[in-house]
Amino acid sequence: MTRLFDLASVLRSKNAGPLTVTLDIMCADDATFHRICQSGALSAAAIARRYKVSDNTVRIIPFELVRTIKVSLPRRVVSGDIADTDIYGCQQHMPLAEIEIP
Amino acid sequence: MKIVSLSGIIGYGFSEVGLRRALDQNPDCLASDGGSTDPGPYYLGAGVSFTNRAATKRDLALSLPEAIHRGIPFIIGTSGGAGGEPHLAWLRDIVDEVAREHGLSFRMALIHSEIGKDYLKRKIREGRVRPLDGDTPLSEADVEASVRLVGQIGVDPFLAALDDGAQVILAGRACDTAVFAAMPIRAGHDPGLAFHMAKIIECGAMCAKPLSGSDVMVADIADDHFVLEPGNPERCCLVERVAAHTLYEQSSPYLIYEPDGVVDVRTATFEQLTDRAVRVSGTTFEPAAKPTIKVEGVRLAGYRTIALGGIRDELMIRDIDAILDDVRLLAGEMVARTASPEDFTLSFRRYGKDGVLGPLEYAAAVPHEIGLVIDVVAKTQDIANSVCAVTRALLLHRDYDGRKATAGNIAFPYSPSDIEMGAVYNFNVYHLVEVDDLSETATVEIVEVSNP
Repeated sequence: MTRLFDLASVLRSKNAGPLTVTLDIMCADDATFHRICQSGALSAAAIARRYKVSDNTVRIIPFELVRTIKVSLPRRVVSGDIADTDIYGCQQHMPLAEIEIP
Repeated sequence: MKIVSLSGIIGYGFSEVGLRRALDQNPDCLASDGGSTDPGPYYLGAGVSFTNRAATKRDLALSLPEAIHRGIPFIIGTSGGAGGEPHLAWLRDIVDEVAREHGLSFRMALIHSEIGKDYLKRKIREGRVRPLDGDTPLSEADVEASVRLVGQIGVDPFLAALDDGAQVILAGRACDTAVFAAMPIRAGHDPGLAFHMAKIIECGAMCAKPLSGSDVMVADIADDHFVLEPGNPERCCLVERVAAHTLYEQSSPYLIYEPDGVVDVRTATFEQLTDRAVRVSGTTFEPAAKPTIKVEGVRLAGYRTIALGGIRDELMIRDIDAILDDVRLLAGEMVARTASPEDFTLSFRRYGKDGVLGPLEYAAAVPHEIGLVIDVVAKTQDIANSVCAVTRALLLHRDYDGRKATAGNIAFPYSPSDIEMGAVYNFNVYHLVEVDDLSETATVEIVEVSNP
């Protein structure tokens, strides 16, 4: 088992507009990309649990051309709302980063 | 056709060598994105830019005269950081100043992107407004509560401005792609290629190695492809980075939504043309059946006062949750005669513990230090100040079980400890409006700038 953070060459989060956070998992080689895709560890349920949103709001889209898996989900708090902890949404990647990949 | 993107945002800066090398290629247009919603709702609400005036003037002073002397268009979108009326006026003021100082004369178009409440309410009644993300439909009450509304324009108003002979275009809120795609589309280039190119270069040299949001990118678009090359010789474009950049800050990795339609990058091919340039071809475009404009709006949520300080005592850190709950209760009682509970929100941010992830934090280790922010948002600035002051004083001296550090609980870095942060705005409109005409939300104003 390896932490996703250690497998990915880029692992980032960013707002896609103020209501959505998008997370990119980028891999340096095809083997790593396929290992992650085929592991089953990156499920909507696993991600939803870590981000405290409902499963059906998590979108997971692999893009093989650039060996990237993109995850988009609604921000729990809209950017700039009183309870917001991250205006740009760029430090929300660690819950995803901790997922273990077989 | 060669389009130069000066920087990720005008005012973020670019290298002089990058600009010079870009200009050496005889470009057809100098352009830059001027803003974003990324820095949050404050700027749209308050009518100010998140970019610095001196830094923005520096960027304009280096680039605008070059465009004028070469007789090529100079285009900025989402002026002044947020693209509302005060933001557009702010940027126009700097442009006028630079024009005066450099003796420049030109026809300028100001594209106004603010939207009236009546227009949006009518659209709601017509059933032509839908939420973008999330499922909250927009109500007329939401519109009424907005302090400012802007529509993110596509290329159409830019085309109208160019057709009117404008050489300098300062637009209010606009799609970041429209700024760079307007000239190629007007010249008949393929929209899929034009929008894809624009999507990559709008971030300046972010797709380059080493990457930078503060440097120049040059795009050369032809009939069936475009080539990207950074201005600065110390950077290069690599296939991987260029391909990956398309998915930056987008919900989908390969679909880019424009007012006019959808760009599909799945059919695109990326080729390393030289060691510094990448060639892209094959991107497709599907026109929208119902063209839409994205509307953003903010409402005033209150006024904020904060106090920040460090906690280093190990007992206090260990029991911080209970201590803060206790202080919260006590503070509520203490201010009860000056403010009712619905007039304010008191929060504590605990950096070192869960400041960044909040309820998503999974780390269990107890830190040796906590950076605490007492955060009050209230109906008035006075109430925010009072609640913050009372909470801060209580927290500083609050006793708790086993306490040894009986002289004070918080290491304030500053005197004064309390900081008035002013108005707090929240996004309350983020919806798509179906339009009959992609220019219907904007007005193009033509101005002759004359400095003999």
